[in-house]
Amino acid sequence: MYVAVKGGEQAIANAHKLLSEKRRGDQAVPELEISQIKEQLGLSVDRVMTEGSLYDRELAAIAIKQAQGDLVEAIFLLRAYRTTLPRFGFSEPIETSRMEIQRRISSSFKDIPGGQVLGPTYDYTHRLIDFALEIPDNGNSETCRAEVAAEAIQNAMPRVADLLLAEGLIEDEATDNDRRPVADLTRDPLELPAERDARLQNLARGDEGFILSLAYSILRGFGASGHPFLGEIRFGEVTVELVPEELGFPIEVGEVSVTECIMFNRFMGSATTSPKFVRGYGLAFGHCERKAMAMAIIDYALRSRELGERSEYPAQDEEFVLFHSDNIQASGFVEHLKLPHYVDFQADLVLMRNRQGEFRDGKKEGRDERELEDEKAAKEAE
Amino acid sequence: MKKQLKRQSNTGKDRPRIMAGYNFAYLDEQTKRMIRRTILKAVAIPGYQVPFGSREMPLPYGWGTGGIQVTASLIGPEDTLKVIDQGADDTTNAVSIRRFFSRTAGVHTTTRTREATIIQTRHRIPETHLRNGQIIVYQVPIPEPLRFIEPRAKEVLRMHALKEYGIMFVKLYEDISRYGRIAKAFDYPVLVNDRYVMSPSPIPKFDNPKMDCMPALQIFGAGREKRIYSVPPYTKVKSLDFEDYPFEVERWSRCCALCGSDNSYLDEIIMDDRGSKLFVCSDTDHCNERVAGGYKGNQAESIEEAQISTGTGARKCA
Repeated sequence: MYVAVKGGEQAIANAHKLLSEKRRGDQAVPELEISQIKEQLGLSVDRVMTEGSLYDRELAAIAIKQAQGDLVEAIFLLRAYRTTLPRFGFSEPIETSRMEIQRRISSSFKDIPGGQVLGPTYDYTHRLIDFALEIPDNGNSETCRAEVAAEAIQNAMPRVADLLLAEGLIEDEATDNDRRPVADLTRDPLELPAERDARLQNLARGDEGFILSLAYSILRGFGASGHPFLGEIRFGEVTVELVPEELGFPIEVGEVSVTECIMFNRFMGSATTSPKFVRGYGLAFGHCERKAMAMAIIDYALRSRELGERSEYPAQDEEFVLFHSDNIQASGFVEHLKLPHYVDFQADLVLMRNRQGEFRDGKKEGRDERELEDEKAAKEAE
Repeated sequence: MKKQLKRQSNTGKDRPRIMAGYNFAYLDEQTKRMIRRTILKAVAIPGYQVPFGSREMPLPYGWGTGGIQVTASLIGPEDTLKVIDQGADDTTNAVSIRRFFSRTAGVHTTTRTREATIIQTRHRIPETHLRNGQIIVYQVPIPEPLRFIEPRAKEVLRMHALKEYGIMFVKLYEDISRYGRIAKAFDYPVLVNDRYVMSPSPIPKFDNPKMDCMPALQIFGAGREKRIYSVPPYTKVKSLDFEDYPFEVERWSRCCALCGSDNSYLDEIIMDDRGSKLFVCSDTDHCNERVAGGYKGNQAESIEEAQISTGTGARKCA
């Protein structure tokens, strides 16, 4: 008796029920709390917020729990939720030079005004598994308590790029906020050639792995004429301000943590422009240094057209980079191959059977010349 | 969109309940309005791909987000929705999308092609002729018919603008010179209204002739690629071909094992590990309707025949 492969509602419901069971795992183990994810898996939360384009630690943590720790799935959940949110307005640009610094380093200068602030970092840790972490000690351990410095970090730390700007050694980046609205890829389709605002938004939302590997390809010689320098990377809290129409002046609506990175790249000058350093820019929610740095490297690579440089490598090709950076688009489309395709496959089966039949019959038409030549050569060899 | 189709009474308590916390049909009204404006433009320029601000949907890209957004912006509480994938109402993704709309819009759903006001489809056009007033919404993975010949969006945009489709015809010609035929079995390119070359979405080319002068409105949604395009009712849709190599559709040497239909698109079902096959209608509603009408296929005979011959040949059914 013919039984179709029916994906009835019941089967789907059962599959999802099984998924919930798997997600929960062994019932004897206490269930994860959202606060635990927020507090102890903070970097996962940061990545999900960055690529999910939504700053909400609580929601990101729930998404991570719901996705069993699959961050791309969690990003997807956050993005889909974001669609349903109404838009109240647009904030003023955040002022990262007034950031409440947690970490800030420059590798382009030995010392900088305000100092090198290492902050919480995995740099210089030896990647040795710490077996002590296997057993929770209820947070009583002295090892996880950092001392507070006697002297507070100064509040306004000038950006390193601004120091070079005074000397005219780096391009001036005048804001053009007044001239046109900032691009928003979540509302409008990407148009090519893309302006820098759209490119930066795309990169910020882009998959960390993809952006990272592309940046790596540039450093290995697939794209950059010179070596970029880390002008500065800083991480900390910035204030978000909004100008309500009825007030006409900015009010503080909240605070977000961001990681900002500025890379310096050599620009040897052209007939009309003087030689100088140009910037690559990276920004991510929370503490996402790898992402922000990679983004800054790609941002510069994608400026090749604007800077009049040859673009011949994948990372410099905006169509290639911008259309393939989004992991929600990419995973959706790759995984859609799991959907039934039997109608199209049937159409191909019919085509291939016909082709095979012709091949067997040795009909002249329907065979390419190379095949015939190969055959002729084989006969001659005999 | 105003529908002339007579709707079945669809009010009151028999309608499924709408999920709390979300707007009717998930999208907010501003977004729906934006999509409707895009659709109007698409209808006004048949076959032209209109960019739109595609939203992130709670279903993955590549799984019908374009179609879902089009349907969400068109559907009203009194609509009746049919969703098919591979021609079947009971395939997993069709079930999932149908459930999405009964949860978020509380609309009536149906498996009957005739009863539906909106039909969302992936990979097939129903065998039953669609009427004026119905809307068929296609899910489209790659809206650009020239993509696999020229992947650069900027380039193909220029070609469409200039109606310069030389590369497409060269590709088709190369197929003929190398394989003796146009080696495209699905997503077979069409020319709409004598102007734009268009992807019909990955429907088998068997379905292409149904698009020509179809009385129903055809809308194509590509969510990931952020494009909507349309073929208005009674618009000319021509599958690309050459005078000496005219367009042809697939043929089967047998009929549907369940309903005996000899003119529907057949799925090949592998019955056992010896390679026995069964051929049945891919359009489940069409098949069920015929079976209900007393038509019968010869299931046993089909299995036996399939074991003897798998090649194509003359139809063995009357």
